[in-house]
Amino acid sequence: MIETRDLWVRFGPVAAVRELSLRAESGGWTALIGPNGAGKTSALRALAGLVPYDGEVLLDGRDVRRLGRRAVARLVAFVPQKPETPPALTVAEYVLLGRTPHIAYLGGEGRQDREAATQALRRLELEEFAERPLGSLSGGELQRAVLARALAQEAPVLLLDEPTTALDLGRQQLVLELVDALRRDGLTVVTTMHDLTLAGQYAERLVLLDGGSVVAEGTAAEVLSAPNVAAHYGANVRVVEDEAGVFVLPLRTR
Amino acid sequence: MAATAGRAEAAPRVEARGVSLRAGLVTGAFLLASLAVGLAVGPVHIGAAAILRSALSYVPFLHVHQPLGAVDRAVLWQLRAPRVALAALVGGMLAVAGASYQGVFRNPLADPYLLGVAGGAGLGATLAIVYASASAAGTHWTVPLAAFGGAIAAVVVTYALGRSAGAVHTSAALVLAGVTVATFTAAVQTFVQQRHTDVLQNVYSWLLGGFSTATWSDVAICAPYVAVSSLVLILHRRVLDVLSLGDDEASSLGIDVGRARLTIVVAATLGTAAAVAVSGLIAFVGIIVPHTIRLLVSTSYRAVLPLSLLAGAGFLVLADVLARTVLSPAELPIGVVTAFFGAPFFAVVLRTSRGGR
Repeated sequence: MIETRDLWVRFGPVAAVRELSLRAESGGWTALIGPNGAGKTSALRALAGLVPYDGEVLLDGRDVRRLGRRAVARLVAFVPQKPETPPALTVAEYVLLGRTPHIAYLGGEGRQDREAATQALRRLELEEFAERPLGSLSGGELQRAVLARALAQEAPVLLLDEPTTALDLGRQQLVLELVDALRRDGLTVVTTMHDLTLAGQYAERLVLLDGGSVVAEGTAAEVLSAPNVAAHYGANVRVVEDEAGVFVLPLRTR
Repeated sequence: MAATAGRAEAAPRVEARGVSLRAGLVTGAFLLASLAVGLAVGPVHIGAAAILRSALSYVPFLHVHQPLGAVDRAVLWQLRAPRVALAALVGGMLAVAGASYQGVFRNPLADPYLLGVAGGAGLGATLAIVYASASAAGTHWTVPLAAFGGAIAAVVVTYALGRSAGAVHTSAALVLAGVTVATFTAAVQTFVQQRHTDVLQNVYSWLLGGFSTATWSDVAICAPYVAVSSLVLILHRRVLDVLSLGDDEASSLGIDVGRARLTIVVAATLGTAAAVAVSGLIAFVGIIVPHTIRLLVSTSYRAVLPLSLLAGAGFLVLADVLARTVLSPAELPIGVVTAFFGAPFFAVVLRTSRGGR
């Protein structure tokens, strides 16, 4: 479980995140949504301990600042929106780098690390890609490799910044289904997401940010109303709700 | 899945490739061959067998008869051998430092002189040549010491400047600070040099680098730095692979990026400064050698660092052989040789191995 209390992220005089109090349970999926510049990525990076913040980030009740960097890395895996994927590295080598928090600073991988990496590859059905260089993978395959690297970290909390940008619709669903399967294994998943319909389909809790503050939170049905989307995205949408979920459809203004 | 269930599935090979046996043997053989050529080639002809027997005669309890006369022995062991050893130390150091700088700054054009080592060493050496060498205070060690001190001072200033510019975390600030310091030291160095045109030739030949005055004491001074620095850098080979994922990801994998970068920069700088102090400024080695390894073997630092050390040593020994034979008895500055042969060689490697690695 990961939790924030009165979290502020400031860049000089600008507050990117204001007073964020968030609670993401184990086996749950929380999506941070909001327009560009709302503070989604900053909030996620604060959860990962990558930007300085005021307030508290708690992992299972423990203050992250009291834990060392390595200890945090064993508890929280973070995947940025555009991960660096050195093209000549093989998928297996890349996934093994995910074991870093479990390996001594100047050490090398042991049997346990190779086993964890093999399991991560298997979980994301990448065994046959193990020896392929990252540069030879398609976008969807690459995203799976990135998830496998995060999974090899064996951290109970998985933070994903826009996990489906630059993927086609089919690949988006595939990747999100894989993330959902990991969630069902018991991981705490927090993602930022642009696509509101997909966010509503996969996350059971949506947190709508605007100007750094939470303006709405709850289920898809509660958050994804046409007035909410109009007010905070400045978008004209039709929201269709049926037994399959909530669909946010863009409408041309005139 | 059902179709594949019957056949035994080969487990994927999940391991990080380091130095393969073949790459290690080839590079090691290249270094040994270079050392042999370096010892054998010169105006005085000494055969390979004689060199080997002469070397073995120094091994206790082997009772190999010294085959060389006093003069040949002095040529071989007091002139050529220290020169070969020093070229190997400097070449290996520059190559491994260059590879590390490229990794830590994630910039393929980074070389060991990036943070102002060259400018600082150049200024230090010029000041020593102009003001100390002429006076009674000057000794054999004045210029190397001044170059070493200048190099370290320049990098310390660069680091302080980069830090104050905002970020230990963004390597761009450090690189820009390095450019600033290099430009400034070059300006002062040129100014001093132009005011003392009488020693222009000395300054110029120091700047271009070379091993014509190499002695065993140069080797003894340089070797500990090279040993410690390259050991620290090679121990960081996996860390450098993690850093290749970028600061954010390395950090979220539990690496203290600022501290790792500082450690690597300090190690690379100390080694480079020691190398520069005894050899002058030798360009290209720190760029060509690591990139050749990347193109031919692997981009993983687990291969790049140890192989660069060996290949850089061999490369500079061969370059020095050319420097002292092409215009014999005159000497070419070794920097001219490394650039003249290194650049086209690199172009060929670049063209023949496309993409992938």
